Amino acid sequence: MRAHKSNPLTSLAGVKSTSGRFSSPRSIVEKIWDSHVIAQLDGHPAVFAIDLMLLHEVTSAQAFKTLEEKGLKVFRPDRLLATIDHSIPTRANRQEIYDEAARAQVEALRQNCLRHEIELLDFNGGQGIVHVVGPELGLTQPGMTIVCGDSHTSTHGAFGALAFGVGTSEVGHVLATGCLLQEKPKSMRVEFRGRFRKGVYAKDAILRLIAEIGVGGANGHVIEYIGEAVCAMSMEERMTLCNMSIECGARAGLIAPDQVTYDYLSGRPRAPVGQAWQRALEAWQYLSSDAGCHFDRQVTIDLDRLQPMVTWGTNPGQALGIDQEIPETAQLPDDQRSVADRALEYVKLEAGVPISGTPVDWAFVGSCTNGRIEDLRIAAGILTGRKVHPDVTFYIVPGSEAVMEQARRENLPAVFEAAGAQFRMPGCSMCLAMNDDRVPAGKRCISSSNRNFMGRQGPGSITHLASPATVAASAIAGRITSPEGYLQTV
Amino acid sequence: MERFTTLRSKVVPLPIKDVDTDMIIPAQFLTSISREGYGQNVFRRLRDTDPNFPLSQERYKQASILVADSNFGCGSSREHAVWALLGAGIKAIIAKSFADIFYSNSAKNGLLLIVLPAQTVDAMIEESTQREFVVTIDLEDQTVTTDKGKLYSFDYDPFRKHCLLNGLDDIDYILAFQKSGAKVPEQRQGDRL
Repeated sequence: MRAHKSNPLTSLAGVKSTSGRFSSPRSIVEKIWDSHVIAQLDGHPAVFAIDLMLLHEVTSAQAFKTLEEKGLKVFRPDRLLATIDHSIPTRANRQEIYDEAARAQVEALRQNCLRHEIELLDFNGGQGIVHVVGPELGLTQPGMTIVCGDSHTSTHGAFGALAFGVGTSEVGHVLATGCLLQEKPKSMRVEFRGRFRKGVYAKDAILRLIAEIGVGGANGHVIEYIGEAVCAMSMEERMTLCNMSIECGARAGLIAPDQVTYDYLSGRPRAPVGQAWQRALEAWQYLSSDAGCHFDRQVTIDLDRLQPMVTWGTNPGQALGIDQEIPETAQLPDDQRSVADRALEYVKLEAGVPISGTPVDWAFVGSCTNGRIEDLRIAAGILTGRKVHPDVTFYIVPGSEAVMEQARRENLPAVFEAAGAQFRMPGCSMCLAMNDDRVPAGKRCISSSNRNFMGRQGPGSITHLASPATVAASAIAGRITSPEGYLQTV
Repeated sequence: MERFTTLRSKVVPLPIKDVDTDMIIPAQFLTSISREGYGQNVFRRLRDTDPNFPLSQERYKQASILVADSNFGCGSSREHAVWALLGAGIKAIIAKSFADIFYSNSAKNGLLLIVLPAQTVDAMIEESTQREFVVTIDLEDQTVTTDKGKLYSFDYDPFRKHCLLNGLDDIDYILAFQKSGAKVPEQRQGDRL
């Protein structure tokens, strides 16, 4: 059924061949791009194949409705995976969703998955944040194209996949056709030079990058991250890095796969096995940028002197080293001043004052940025034998049921509870406060999440983004504090 | 999708940089399974906390054109932001720049986003703050004409222009492609092997 009478393809004569040999050096992004363009008419966007789409309850219902309105079927249910994460409660009896609209949203996803034979990871069935469950199942693999109705889909780039967030209309396009109309993105290469100091993590590196290039600094680009520090990162850290690519406006961020990637994937439930694994390994070897390939932009960040980072304002680019002072807005460039003035007014802080020592009321470790097992281990390491400050409420929310179970095997919940933190059920939780997990108006939260927008963690809430280590240290001190002095037990 | 051809309207200014999607529609209003009903909560937090917020002012009530600053629509991929703006009667936005996903979502819903040079946008913000400022947008000609006869041309992707002028959506385009015989390759790099 078509909504219009004329054929929207005026001519197929201009279709470019996508099977030719490539002689000039290509970046990893171009390689993935080229292998997924099905066809492209001159002057039109490419018809671009999507290998995997992840679905969650908030951005999918309207897309399924479009399908019904047009009388279309789901193109390839086997290339879809759904879960519930954004609007669900994280209390122990989470199956009872009190909010009527949230309940209806979750129910709609269940019905849509049932009707269209789409696998759904529901409560106690492997549920978790979409960007945590895909990788831990081994479903996220190098060279894939992955989309989801969520901007933090860039997380999956950690595996050398081209993964990006799409709107609900595009969710509908992929449901119906397995394809999207896409313009070829520009490319940007970010090199992290040097090694992390103790107490400094991938989260600090990405906050440094965003502070350096700004929240719109990578608009229209896909970032490839390279450098000694990136190679040394675990998959969890790589996911944190790629996750926040969107916060500087990048369409996606990715890292070429290497032995760390293969070791992580090997043996995961949905990773290829046997001969298929061997074939996959062979194919993945080619997924790196050729020497001399073109990048539209290159940026270098030196990590040797990088401090733990924390945001002071109301966007992720307003970040500084934890020993630094909140900038005098008069000294900022013209285009940043008005934003900074508004931000300072909202966060109730003064220019020229050190960010360290700012009292906090709430602390949060979780989200698709920092809700993985490694993040929980870091928090537990710092909390062991210590107490959360009596004025601080500390939520620790695992990214998935698998993360929660692993944490239990390692006895981490006991550490959290002994310290006075709450270990809750998996979901997006206080990252975006769609459920009941909200920072009250006027209260200040140190958070391992990805956005410090005004009211992001609840109307009137104030957010300071930082690494899980900085969050845990600050929760103990009751004020924003560097984790460096708390790491001796790790 | 509704066609977009021309639009003559009052202009409402929103002189804030990096307007994010949480500002446009806060997350607590996303628990709906419909595309409708978001308009009443567009910029809810800003409207609740700032009594002079432009979109709340009586004199801008009928304005369908928003003039904003740079990097408008950054943050989340939530298309609800576009639905909220459309629901509140905004049909076009003129700004210095837009965030990627927001740009893409807008085009797919018939919300026209126009990028003009910083100086021009600043002048438009100033004029619409000072007086009743009316402009006419002509998508076919790719022009914005002010009520005093000043004319500005803007760039617009020819394919997206074709879709907006004719109310076409991507699904029909891709389906036509698939029906025309262009096959989705069976084995791709990313296929589960």
